[in-house]
Amino acid sequence: GKNEYDLLVIGGGSGGLACAKEAAQFGRKVAVLDYVEPSPQGTKWGLGGTCVNVGCIPKKLMHQAALLGSALKDAQHYGWNIAQPLHHTWSVMAQAVQNYVKSLNWGHRVQLQDKKVKYFNMKGSFCDPHTIRGLTKAGKETIITAENIVIATGGRPKYPTHIAGALEYGITSDDLFWLKESPGKTLTPFVFNVSLECAGFLTGIGLDTTVMMRSIPLRGFDQQIASLVTEHMESYGTKFLKRCFPTKVEKLESNRLQVTWKNTDLGTEETDSFDTVMWAVGRAPDTETLNLKTVGMKTNSETGKIIVDASEATSVPHIYAVGDITEGRPELTPTAIAAGKLLARRLFGQSSELMDYDNVPTTVFTPLEYGCVGLSEEAAVQCYGSNNIEVYHAYYKPLEFTVAERDASQCYMKMVCLREGEQRILGLHFIGPNAGEVIQGFALGIKCGATYPQLMKIIGIHPTCAEEITKLHITKRSGLDATVTGC
Amino acid sequence: SVQAHKKDKPQEPLEMNGHTSVPHSYDYDLIIIGGGSGGLAAAKEAAKYEKKVMVLDFVMPTPLGNSWGLGGTCVNVGCIPKKLMHQAALLGQALQDSRKYGWQLTEEVKHNWMTMTESVQNYIGSLNWGYRVSLREKSVTYENAYGEFVGPHTVKATNKRGVEKLYTAERFLIATGERPRYLGIPGDNKYCISSDDLFSLPYCPGKTLVVGASYVALECAGFLAGLGLDVTVMVRSILLRGFDQDIANKIGEYMEEHGINFIREFVPIKVEQIEEGTPGRLKVTAKSTTGNQIIEGEYNTVLLAIGRDACTRKIGLDKVGVKINQKTGKIPVNDEEQTNVPYIYAVGDILQDKLELTPVAIQAGRLLVQRLYGGATTKCDYVNVPTTVFTPLEYGACGYSEETAVEKFGEKNIEVYHSHFWPLEWTVPSRDNNKCYAKIICNIQDNERVIGFHVLGPSAGEITQGFAAAMKCGLTKEQLDSTIGIHPVCAEV
Repeated sequence: GKNEYDLLVIGGGSGGLACAKEAAQFGRKVAVLDYVEPSPQGTKWGLGGTCVNVGCIPKKLMHQAALLGSALKDAQHYGWNIAQPLHHTWSVMAQAVQNYVKSLNWGHRVQLQDKKVKYFNMKGSFCDPHTIRGLTKAGKETIITAENIVIATGGRPKYPTHIAGALEYGITSDDLFWLKESPGKTLTPFVFNVSLECAGFLTGIGLDTTVMMRSIPLRGFDQQIASLVTEHMESYGTKFLKRCFPTKVEKLESNRLQVTWKNTDLGTEETDSFDTVMWAVGRAPDTETLNLKTVGMKTNSETGKIIVDASEATSVPHIYAVGDITEGRPELTPTAIAAGKLLARRLFGQSSELMDYDNVPTTVFTPLEYGCVGLSEEAAVQCYGSNNIEVYHAYYKPLEFTVAERDASQCYMKMVCLREGEQRILGLHFIGPNAGEVIQGFALGIKCGATYPQLMKIIGIHPTCAEEITKLHITKRSGLDATVTGC
Repeated sequence: SVQAHKKDKPQEPLEMNGHTSVPHSYDYDLIIIGGGSGGLAAAKEAAKYEKKVMVLDFVMPTPLGNSWGLGGTCVNVGCIPKKLMHQAALLGQALQDSRKYGWQLTEEVKHNWMTMTESVQNYIGSLNWGYRVSLREKSVTYENAYGEFVGPHTVKATNKRGVEKLYTAERFLIATGERPRYLGIPGDNKYCISSDDLFSLPYCPGKTLVVGASYVALECAGFLAGLGLDVTVMVRSILLRGFDQDIANKIGEYMEEHGINFIREFVPIKVEQIEEGTPGRLKVTAKSTTGNQIIEGEYNTVLLAIGRDACTRKIGLDKVGVKINQKTGKIPVNDEEQTNVPYIYAVGDILQDKLELTPVAIQAGRLLVQRLYGGATTKCDYVNVPTTVFTPLEYGACGYSEETAVEKFGEKNIEVYHSHFWPLEWTVPSRDNNKCYAKIICNIQDNERVIGFHVLGPSAGEITQGFAAAMKCGLTKEQLDSTIGIHPVCAEV
């Protein structure tokens, strides 16, 4: 028989919603399935996916709360009479953030309704390539058929289940943003930027925070930058336990958590108690529940992610995938949104435009922010050889830090270019306030093939931090001191 | 230069302090009059080529007797103190926001003008010092003296104590910048202050009337209000002349909604003192520009920000034949910053038809010197120079305003894409939904090339810089659309 829907999207997150709404614009019959499996601690949330509920949005808001803490300290130098010391109330912030997120959940539901997209709060799994079984929380089953299916179910935080007590007593980012009470003294054993960002804002609002890392921070990012970022966090007040890894988590009578870890440097075992342990050891897709085996879909055996081609098509005809669940793609909201939109246009709008995953800019919202686009220095060296690239760099001081008497030792920028020919820019890295705002426009420039000489012709806007990018002229090769003075 | 020399009246050799006019054997390769953004950049660049350079910098005190050190307008009474005080005002806003984010603050937080001004002045002092050290290290001769031409290749430098010296040079660079204009009404230079006085005012200005609608006026009004002062802006006609008017009006609206009073279509005709003090009390009488209506108001401080005049009328330009625009005082130059007198150049705010911006002056000064002594040929690119107005709601722009685009290309040949947006950080404190705004203007006939970029919102300067770079690389709407946004930031809009 005929399929009920032209398009069924499984997963109402950044990618899924963008795809569904775009398809609906072409007058297609579209449905979205969204379901949040509660976290092991019991946390759940509404429509919108990771970004809205337990990712970018609450993260940036809490980061802002922490930045405001710094602003309050600065303000004294600028003449504002503020009584010290400053106190922060978690529940006021959490409630404000949670309320805002809930308003977004509501907004998404209204948008879907406005665009005549059918929404099911159900867990979806495959019966066959055109049939999905939807299951509600109460256990009610619905069968839905569709001509095209898009999987956009994203990922969920992993637990290091090999560590005793990790699952029972630890939380993840899924829980952190929904805590009603302050997490208190927190340990984040980590690998990725999510954990640094969280540790950063927890420190900023006055909590005793420790980051534990086995090897290198921010794997996959430029390592010189990664160490500047963590250096700043250390001077900011976050504690770091380097070259350590946890071995067990136990609950104490006081309800606090006792964590034992191995210090690989000293070869010793150490222990301390915390109120909260937040795991950030990576995210994995929940493909088990999807029942992908039924349709014979190819996934990466190691990561579990779905393998797609340049048009977001999976190994099964008429089934596509976008967002964090796809193998080899950046795990970013804007790429999921763009990919979802373009996919809908190709399916229903006679477009042939493919998604361009090159030179996608991103920002890590640590206390001192890091924005980047293009290649890291290591990747450029690997790709072209160190003799064929030129790295221009500078340590600078934001004007606003002067009166505030803030340390700017880690405010840094570098541009990686090809050495010969027109000297095309391969990568741009910026550590400092408002890093995302700074990098966005330059990402555009790089998309337009910007070269070093072109950038040097640009006149700066004064006084800003971004203008320093247009003045980069000291090369790493020269060995000269890269500290620049603004005026 | 010998040619020009012969055209003028023959000059008597001047014989003060032992100098005789000796052609081709000058005291200096380059004498720069004006130690501001343009002048200092040129001086430091010239030193790289081991040229003998002198910088003459002198600040004529304001009518109220205020003066400052080496560095020019930007450092002392412009960009730098302005941005720092703007930051102080933004921090006031941050204080308000922080409560909603969980920070515990007492109900009312007060601002102390003196604490802020002292910090700002200390920082400026360190910059003045830094410049002096920098010039010394580069063997650039610096004299705190008023320079003026007295004959071909010759300037007279007069210091604070009136001691005069003569110097000759092969080439000269005029970079004397501008100073605030006064109204020419009774009481203006006796009782009013200007931006030259504001940033070092040794007392809180209190209830302030800002006269003018320039970016200087709006930026100052903006931060004064942000610090908690009662501020009124008196505007003769439109806001931010020369800027995109759609955006200018949004800026004005925002300021009004945030407690700044606007008196439109009036000009002051007299300022009288009611009471002396720091601050005192002043009575301002103003007349309508559209009728005969007269109004009066009482303020602690009246800040004039009605424009700036080039410092070109009293530096002896007539003695060397440098042509200036008699009406504006500005100096016309060719695309190599050369005046009509081949050995005399000019950069910065005094140039006719060029943007009055620090980075433009710096770039022009540097490139000029590279061409003079380094064999370079690159000229300063004055097209698509980005700028930012640091009003409470910041405005970054690059390229054409909507009006000028329509004028140049015709309305049907341009497409304007626009959007309001709500910065994520403003959601929690429920602040100003739908006030931030971004628009780009595209040339339909040229592949929808982006010819104008405008953004109204926080960190506008940081946002605009990169977009200016992209525009320089020929950005089109298609390329804009296909670039991924960084989330969640304002710039992604």
